[in-house]
Amino acid sequence: MKRLAMAVWKWVDDRIGISDLVGPAMNHLVPRDSKWWYVFGSATMLAFIVQVVTGVALAFSYVSSSSQAYETLQFITNDAPFGRMLRGMHYYGASAMVLMVGAHLAQTFLFGAYKFPREMNWATGVLLLGMTIVMGFTGQLLRWDQTAAWSVVVAAEQAGRVPIIGDWLARFILGGNTIGGATLSRFFAIHVFFIPAMLFIFIGLHLWLVLRHGISEPPVPGQPVDPKTYRERYHEFLEKHGHPFWPDGAWRDFVFGTGLIIAIALLAYFVGPPAIEKPPDPSLLSADPRPDWYLLWYFALLALIPPRVEGYIMILIPVVIGTLLLIVPLVNNRGERAPSRRPWSIAVVLLSVITIGSLWVLGVASPWSPNFNPGHLPAQVIGATSGPVFQGAVLFEEKGCLNCHLISGVGGRRGPDLSYIGNELTQDNMVIRIVNGGVNMPAFGGTLKPAEIDSLVAFLSSRRRAVP
Amino acid sequence: MKTEDTEPPIESRLHGRLQMEIQRGQETPAECVSRRNFFAKLCIALSGVCALILGIPMVGFVLAPLFRKTPESWIPLGKTGDFEIGKTVNVTFVDSSPLPWAGITAKNAAWLRRASATEFIAFSVNCTHLGCPVRWLADAELFMCPCHGGVYYKDGSVAAGPPPHPLIRYEVRVVNDEVEIKSAAIPITTTL
Repeated sequence: MKRLAMAVWKWVDDRIGISDLVGPAMNHLVPRDSKWWYVFGSATMLAFIVQVVTGVALAFSYVSSSSQAYETLQFITNDAPFGRMLRGMHYYGASAMVLMVGAHLAQTFLFGAYKFPREMNWATGVLLLGMTIVMGFTGQLLRWDQTAAWSVVVAAEQAGRVPIIGDWLARFILGGNTIGGATLSRFFAIHVFFIPAMLFIFIGLHLWLVLRHGISEPPVPGQPVDPKTYRERYHEFLEKHGHPFWPDGAWRDFVFGTGLIIAIALLAYFVGPPAIEKPPDPSLLSADPRPDWYLLWYFALLALIPPRVEGYIMILIPVVIGTLLLIVPLVNNRGERAPSRRPWSIAVVLLSVITIGSLWVLGVASPWSPNFNPGHLPAQVIGATSGPVFQGAVLFEEKGCLNCHLISGVGGRRGPDLSYIGNELTQDNMVIRIVNGGVNMPAFGGTLKPAEIDSLVAFLSSRRRAVP
Repeated sequence: MKTEDTEPPIESRLHGRLQMEIQRGQETPAECVSRRNFFAKLCIALSGVCALILGIPMVGFVLAPLFRKTPESWIPLGKTGDFEIGKTVNVTFVDSSPLPWAGITAKNAAWLRRASATEFIAFSVNCTHLGCPVRWLADAELFMCPCHGGVYYKDGSVAAGPPPHPLIRYEVRVVNDEVEIKSAAIPITTTL
């Protein structure tokens, strides 16, 4: 039986040439010291394969029609066998792909692996990173619920800030002048056909470049890259310290990749896919659109940049980040590779992680957003059941103050915490603030009567620290 | 015996054939090069023609929604008596010319304020910052945006937060005691 199988395989291999095709890739030498730091690239590709497999399966039931996608998602999630699991795997697979491509980028940067002769490996990787993010965003929009529909509007508004062609780009994203029948199907085409085709092309190119230039050897302090001698030195190094990719180098990729898939499957099964919110009805205004976690940091950035320059920053930030990443190997393609000899590279990675992490934490809390469900001030917090303090508390809720200000843990965080404002401002200053407004605070002089202002001031003046 | 392994590569075999044709006097080197150049350029040109044949309808089709004329029309919202003076309410309506499969995405909304017996003002629901749907807080007489905290007064002017412009207004008219709104595109803020 085994002999027959081998004979069949030999015949097939002879006619198709599989061994000739993949043999050199399987047997090419890789540095023996390239250990667990080197698994992120293959893990990214594996996450992409998860996306292709689960995406193809989901496409069997998903209908990319603005009027029907929502119902098909409900069917996939609630009725179709394995539908919930597949949606979950597609979501966590996307998250894994973003995480792994980020880790791969950081590792490549820290190890100086972008230097000669691997400049184009890096450049194609940067483009793949961009495509991964676009896939993540368009994928969120295919979850065609209220958040998705409003996210399209937000995307169109951002595109609108591009000089000269902004309005045109915005209409292109919307598929016309408003959200409608043409909106979803174009994102479906972009997410399912256009970007994946580009991904396949660039992943192929990226892999080809990995084979052409070899996997970078772990950096050693005192062994700088010199384009004149590097290739010769690298091949000598491989002859002495290399081993075949298959299976000596590949087993770690398989172990890590299997762990990744198991993690994706466990999350999909136990946590499940992101909830499908209200239908994508543009006339439902109780929406609170937020991007998925991997773009939450950018959402936070848009809230924090000064309004005067945000039109520029909104467009320039992605352009600057992309340009900086692309020119890294052009301005720094030789010299030391070891992070210990390039401490600035560690600083860049740490600063990037801290910045994105901090913005992400802020994005989760979104303190700049009013709280539309602030609840009510409890009687013990108000400290009165009648009189000006009580009336002031009622007005504080009615006039929307509580949507933005916190009082003893109740309310919003858009404005300052007023729990002890009585200790901090005089009554005259309070009147000035209420009537004229302030930084990021509306002026209420036109809507409040003098007696109402007096009540509010009475309530706010009573917000004091307890005297020991 | 000559085996396949020892056979010269195809490039040199072709080159050899070319040399033989030249030696036989069938073509001069210049003619031959010119002929080959012609074929190369022909192939490239034909590829360009194929790309155009495929590309023009493809690009045209993808960009078509940009040039699709959406007829602006007046859409009835209700009788004047349905709207209380001094109140701002949410009105919903259907786009003037939705695609047949648009479903609920053809619906649209606006904030309609009856400022006086004869004056109606309709605001776009889109925050001028990034387009999120603003909500009306009736008691506070403020519009608030859930995304980045933009706030507007009842006349649509900016009260606080990042919005660069007041809320966009739609055209409104009263015809035969019927309040009508003119359909319009989602307002896109272009600050640059």
